[in-house]
Amino acid sequence: MSVDKNVVKKISRLARIHVSEERSEMLSSDLGNILNWIEQLEEVNTDGVEPLSGVNEHPLAWRDDTVTDGDITDKVLKNAPEKAGEFFVVPKVIE
Amino acid sequence: MSDLLKMTATEARNSLLKKEISSVELLNAYQNAMEKTEALNNYVTPTLDAAKQMAVNADKAYAQGNAGPLAGLPIGVKDLFCTKDIETTACSAILKGFLPSYESTVTSNIWHSGGVMLGKLNCDEFAMGSSNETSIFGPAVNPWSKIDGIDLSSGGSSGGSASSVAAGSALMSLGTDTGGSIRQPAAFCGVVGLKPTYGRCSRWGIVAFASSLDQAGPFTRTVEDSALIFSVMAGHDPKDSTSASLGYTNFSEAVKSNIEGLRIGIPAEYNVDGMDIEISDLWKKGRAWLEQAGAKIVDINLPHTKYALPCYYIIAPAEASSNLARYDGIRYGKRIEAETLDAMYEATRADGFGEEVQRRILIGTYALSAGYYDAYYLKAQQVRRLIKEDFEKAFNDVDVILTPTTPTPAFPLGAEVSDPITMYLNDVFTVPANLAGLPGISVPAGLSNQGLPLGLQLLAPPFEEGRLFSVANAIEKQAEFLLAPARAAGDLQ
Repeated sequence: MSVDKNVVKKISRLARIHVSEERSEMLSSDLGNILNWIEQLEEVNTDGVEPLSGVNEHPLAWRDDTVTDGDITDKVLKNAPEKAGEFFVVPKVIE
Repeated sequence: MSDLLKMTATEARNSLLKKEISSVELLNAYQNAMEKTEALNNYVTPTLDAAKQMAVNADKAYAQGNAGPLAGLPIGVKDLFCTKDIETTACSAILKGFLPSYESTVTSNIWHSGGVMLGKLNCDEFAMGSSNETSIFGPAVNPWSKIDGIDLSSGGSSGGSASSVAAGSALMSLGTDTGGSIRQPAAFCGVVGLKPTYGRCSRWGIVAFASSLDQAGPFTRTVEDSALIFSVMAGHDPKDSTSASLGYTNFSEAVKSNIEGLRIGIPAEYNVDGMDIEISDLWKKGRAWLEQAGAKIVDINLPHTKYALPCYYIIAPAEASSNLARYDGIRYGKRIEAETLDAMYEATRADGFGEEVQRRILIGTYALSAGYYDAYYLKAQQVRRLIKEDFEKAFNDVDVILTPTTPTPAFPLGAEVSDPITMYLNDVFTVPANLAGLPGISVPAGLSNQGLPLGLQLLAPPFEEGRLFSVANAIEKQAEFLLAPARAAGDLQ
């Protein structure tokens, strides 16, 4: 699998990580090598094998649908890089 | 003073109970050891003020006769566990300055049992690495001798946790293991490292890397100490829906169990290309030791072993790309200002994440993207099931599996950073247990020709940590491993 610069551009956009022109060259070779190595998985016959997303296959436990915490606005906002009153501040999103 | 450093946790506990030593004395010895070994770069945030208060409280508890099982024992914590009001960075620039408003369940279990917190320990950034070299604080250094004048890697990702216990600057420490991050550094530094069964310890409050693989576990100098601290770490937590509903177990008894008649599996597929001869010799030795202790050796096959690493390098990055989406420059951590929201996200994440973390996020994003999901992610999940089934079949015939922990001893810093795949190969023997959710332990068992520690790994069926402790104890007894790193804080034996 070769990963060209356009692919790097596409996935870095999806991942919301800015990648400069010069780094995208290096990344396309790095990622290409890793994916090539990973492709040995194709040798394995997985016909009819159910995918395993986690080893914990028993059903999740139920709990009462009650509020267990809250009123911790200060704690939630404590580490925000920028806040105003009870809100996180973000760059303008709506024109 | 140095006599205090020589004590194992179990010995220190007994001396504290008999009031032969005090928690404050023990802490002073460790504080001194931390200063002496500062060059190893193990502690990223020492917490000695808190430690002092905790030691005073522990002494009070001993005086009143209500001291918890870890009271007064000095413990270091990987900087991946959220610790209330104490900086928690995952050794990443993106989390610099982050002060959690809560305490992880595992660390809170430790403090409730009286443990004394020495500080936060160095690790690879977001636990992604096998040499501790991706840390924003620089690598934790292995306390064993240099090679050609170059410092050796402590291993990773929990490098600081392994190095501090080996160097005598922590009596015990906490780490996490997603693909070998406890067992590999434990082997490199000559200490005992346990990765519990998936679901045994709560993951709540641990900075997430790959949620279906991450587990917390301890580093100790002996198997007995491992059982002591693990008994406190383990347990059900309603805040982690994957934590198992099992009651408290005291694993200290299991350590002493006889292993006579136990069936030990030797998997043929772990004889990989490029394994050092001294590693395969040690493996043979381990086999002989267990046979002498009355165990029965059985040759087994784990046919999909070869595919565990490539399978892991789809699943772990895929989960990481999703978990690390939360670092958006809005709610916590670093923010690089930009005109638009998207530009702010992209600049923040480019600046805040290191190279290896970016690489893994991108691989994971690719594997999960439309058009590639089936070919990569789904395929890897299918292979993961086959790997798990290999173990299930093997455990029909054997009780415990014996393998080397790593294919080589510790390598010099800088030796493997240039090629990601070479670095990934460090985890060839440890990754399968994470994919299958099994408990594994690394026990120091010998020295390489260059005098570096080597570890043997034991694997057991889910929730059979007790069995691991019994067999590990038998290896420990016969190996008579001497913990004597060149750059220790004092004489540890």
